[in-house]
Amino acid sequence: MGANQPTVVQENWWARLTRSKYFVYVLISPLFLVLLAYVIYPFYQTFLQSVVGEEGATLENYQRFFGLTSTANLEALWTSVYISVISVITCAIVGVTMAFLMERYEFPGRKLLSVLILVPMALPPLVGVLSFTFLYGESGIIPRAFQVLFDLEKVPFSLKGVMGVIVVHTFTMYTYFYLTAAAAIKGLDPSLEEAATSLGSGRIRIWLKVILPMLTPALIASSLLVFMISMASYTAPLMFGVERTMTMQIYLSRTNGSLDMAATQSTILSIVSISFLILMRWYQGRRNYQNQSKGISVHRTELRSQFAKYMSMVLSFIGVIILMLPILVLVLISFSVDGEWTVQVIPTAYTLQHYIDLFTDERTWRPIWNSLQMSFVATAGNILFGVAAAYAMVRTKFKGKALLDILIMVPWALPGTVVAVNLIAAFSEPNVFSFNQVLIGTFWILPLAYFVRHLPLIFRSTSAALMQMDESVEEAARSLGANWWYSFRRVVVPMAFSGILAGTLLALVQGIGEFVASILIYSTSTMPLSVAIFQKMYAFQFGTACAYGVLQIILIITVLFVSQKITDGKAGSAI
Amino acid sequence: MLKSVRLDHVSKMFGTAIGVENVDIDVKPGEFFTFLGPSGCGKTTTLRMIAGFYYPSKGKILFDNKDVTTLQPNKRNIGMVFQNYALFPHMTVFENIAFGLEVRKMTKAVIKEKVERAQKLVHLEKYGTRKINELSGGQQQRVALARALVIEPDILLLDEPLSNLDAKLREETRLEIKRLQVELGVTTIYVTHDQTEAMTMSDRIMVMKEGVVQQIGSPQEIYNQPTNHFVASFIGESNILEAEVVEVKADAVKVKLDEDIFVQGSMSQSANGKKLAVGESIKVSIRPEAVFEGSGPNQVTGTIQFVEFTGVSINYVVKVGSNIMKVMIINKGNEILKRGDSITLHVPEKGIYLIGE
Repeated sequence: MGANQPTVVQENWWARLTRSKYFVYVLISPLFLVLLAYVIYPFYQTFLQSVVGEEGATLENYQRFFGLTSTANLEALWTSVYISVISVITCAIVGVTMAFLMERYEFPGRKLLSVLILVPMALPPLVGVLSFTFLYGESGIIPRAFQVLFDLEKVPFSLKGVMGVIVVHTFTMYTYFYLTAAAAIKGLDPSLEEAATSLGSGRIRIWLKVILPMLTPALIASSLLVFMISMASYTAPLMFGVERTMTMQIYLSRTNGSLDMAATQSTILSIVSISFLILMRWYQGRRNYQNQSKGISVHRTELRSQFAKYMSMVLSFIGVIILMLPILVLVLISFSVDGEWTVQVIPTAYTLQHYIDLFTDERTWRPIWNSLQMSFVATAGNILFGVAAAYAMVRTKFKGKALLDILIMVPWALPGTVVAVNLIAAFSEPNVFSFNQVLIGTFWILPLAYFVRHLPLIFRSTSAALMQMDESVEEAARSLGANWWYSFRRVVVPMAFSGILAGTLLALVQGIGEFVASILIYSTSTMPLSVAIFQKMYAFQFGTACAYGVLQIILIITVLFVSQKITDGKAGSAI
Repeated sequence: MLKSVRLDHVSKMFGTAIGVENVDIDVKPGEFFTFLGPSGCGKTTTLRMIAGFYYPSKGKILFDNKDVTTLQPNKRNIGMVFQNYALFPHMTVFENIAFGLEVRKMTKAVIKEKVERAQKLVHLEKYGTRKINELSGGQQQRVALARALVIEPDILLLDEPLSNLDAKLREETRLEIKRLQVELGVTTIYVTHDQTEAMTMSDRIMVMKEGVVQQIGSPQEIYNQPTNHFVASFIGESNILEAEVVEVKADAVKVKLDEDIFVQGSMSQSANGKKLAVGESIKVSIRPEAVFEGSGPNQVTGTIQFVEFTGVSINYVVKVGSNIMKVMIINKGNEILKRGDSITLHVPEKGIYLIGE
């Protein structure tokens, strides 16, 4: 026996490759290639367009942007920034107050309110703004009701301009503050407050020295997020006619045909957005208060006095109404006969026809079918990319990991308007990445835009699921003889399934409702649902527009409900 | 098919940090071999190299005479039980156990028969359709064991399989694992930080510390003849006393523990059979149970500092000269002394073990 030479096991090249330490780069290079082709390259093309004039490189566009001869651009930048700052403040006040009331007090109607408080998340941006103009606009239901009730000359108030934008932002974005603050308050050990009280602190001091510092990380993270989303906001300024915001300026420059200016504006807005993204990532990594205590029992304070009880009931009731109104008004108008509703408070004639048309009239059904198709194509791409990227990020080690992480998040930070401008810059001419085709004007440009915009969704939900999965489970599969691919199929994918599904559903509905990028790049043959809603609005076909909107809301609520069920609320980080 | 495992001067570096240094062992076919040491000693790293999850930086790993140093884990035909069991949570008990057989493309009928036999082996006949989260920790443990054994592995690797169980279950499962190992005769490598597990189950033990092998031997050798201070104190309890050799007469070695306190040991009771010379500083290891009350050879007197009655034994902490000694007296109804009492002790020659520095 001792004389036997050790025999070396023969392996084929694939087996040898898979155990090489460079194998991971074989896995991740397609990911980087996709990001290069559809994120970096379009961005670079836009940048190029902004700095290359007829006589070579020039900074002329930037001089015009910041120059004082025409201040439209600077005004737009300023308006965008100040709308965003005010949005952050109002969202913070509403969100944090709500979080405290919900988490710390017990009052009649709390349960119902705590469900409805997330209703704004179910409103697609365009549909949300739409219902607000129906409700509170100059010819909106509420102002007119007051006018009729008090027999006034004209409506007593109405939402318009910057004010309208801010109110819509507050309504749709306070949930970011609410969610993070509620989570932070839930994690806030009441014994800390009790300890502070026992050491002789008064209420105000406890607030300043204990509660606020503990909430700071949550508040800052949400502030950055809301600021970023406000900067990118396009629908609200569009519907309220605020032309001097960055996104509107880009849209106007494009429609006026001054492409180089649109490129310049896009580049500047991108820089702002990406800086905020990096700031946010940096901040999240830096600061995080962990509670030391294990079992946390939150005891809600019960309201004792009768007066407080009645007050809270009335306020809850008002809250419920405000939260439900946007959806109710959409449902109401979706049954109204087009063209019949002019100066009355609410529509006078009703019909079921719009809903029947949705699925039977070829012209009405077309945009729904378009959006379904395009969203499915985009989501299929997102699944492939998202799952592969999540696996690479969570399970493997390689150089450039931080870069991959930030590159995947960039499309999410970029305003939809910018994504559209970038894609136009890159794919108006054939190139390698478009397989030598002109994509603009074809079916493929919209799915591509959806793919880019929703790149991080499935990635994030899948990462969250993978992080909960112990690495040794995969090792167990390998030790039982499964090769990498077999264990990936039979063990990794099934275990991450809930996360993949949650992200997929989200990407799907977001694709179906996408408006901001679509409006810039759709062609009449591929008109998506949201653009159809927009056009019906301007054609005064409110009924059809709202029926579309209700359909979207039903889709979104179903998806939110399903993902809540399959993940037990764990993969909520996808949003 | 019983296989031997040979680690030929294996080292593993993590960057510049040493994970494991120069491990050279030969596990015989059918042997129960244990890697024992505190956390961070490199025992799990060594096991993972045998499993194929790490590749050695230096040296070779051989199963029988086959070089498997860089063979992928799925090609090694090993059964592994993980510390947290690593069961597939999305599968039933049956599906978990069947996984390895499906990979091997066996027919449905064969898989069913084998899985059922494995379930019987670990007393889980009725649990086939249960999901993993419907099982207790002990049952999960047994599923993990069945899953590893059903593929008839050449080598069974166990990574701290008992550490997540409570004390009573741990003892039960320990016997269970040993029973299966003896019945199936599979070559087994077991990683633990628990010396009781190592002592009760193993044919041989390798004690490790900071990536370096301290001693390899049978449980008796490790306990009775520790090669150094670390092994003596890590395995069981021991009084390790500084001493100086004052007289060597043929086999007898007389050492000085303190002013006027001398004990006599035997050259055959020295670590690694080392020859000791007069004047040398050494360490003496005396197990608490090797000390007896009353007069006899190597007699000393001390003052009791602390008394503990456990039922089986009376434990004293005694100050002898400047040394503190733990003493364990078997309870045979003897009188229990109090703190501050003087006590006479003696240590038979075979209870004294000389550890060269």
